[in-house]
Amino acid sequence: MKLCYFAWVRERIGKPEEDVEPPAGVATIADLMAWLSGRGDEYARAFDNPKVIRAAIDRAHARPDAVISGAREIAFFPPMTGG
Amino acid sequence: MAAMVRLQREPFDAGSEMALLKRGRGDIGAVVTFTGVCRADEAGAPLVAMTLEHYPGMAEAEIGRHVDDAERRWPLFGVTVIHRYGRLEPGEDIVLVVTAAAHRQDAFAAAEFLMDYLKTCAPFWKQVEYAGGKTWVDAKLSDDALADRWTGPGGRREAAE
Repeated sequence: MKLCYFAWVRERIGKPEEDVEPPAGVATIADLMAWLSGRGDEYARAFDNPKVIRAAIDRAHARPDAVISGAREIAFFPPMTGG
Repeated sequence: MAAMVRLQREPFDAGSEMALLKRGRGDIGAVVTFTGVCRADEAGAPLVAMTLEHYPGMAEAEIGRHVDDAERRWPLFGVTVIHRYGRLEPGEDIVLVVTAAAHRQDAFAAAEFLMDYLKTCAPFWKQVEYAGGKTWVDAKLSDDALADRWTGPGGRREAAE
């Protein structure tokens, strides 16, 4: 699946997007954040406080308990500040 | 209903967008236009510029969902939403919401509803540039509260009134 990062999440991880193959058992958005956190210091720093990170599955807002199977694109970003 | 959602780097002209929405219609009795403008300071510190990052694809979809929601809540004849991205300097326009209806109450309410949701749900992030460096703007809890007031019983604005 494709992962996209925005704003300071993108800056901390150091790239705007990447393709990943999470192992079986990574079932939800929260699982995916925990798995990503273990991939290196830059990820650990980005997901340091998972409560503030927002996510989207296939371009629609998704809660931490949302199931990720079948998702093509998952995005992580800070709370939005548009308008 | 005529609905248009547009994301662009370029400036927009509120007057011509309003004229476009009204053109050839005799049923519109009220048009509300809201323009959000880049201030010259953020939290008291003078601002050099602001850069808006967005999530292409999702931003249009998310704004479109809220335009549909507004249409279900109020009898609207037209909605235009334009949100800019990229680097903006103080005084430049950021966002435009235009709502048209037969009567002003519906046009005002729909414009306010759309702005409250744009602030908290549309995937845009502001980074402000000071003389000494750059920083991402923190989301405001007060903006969440303003968006939440539309989700009260009946889906109207009871919570705020």
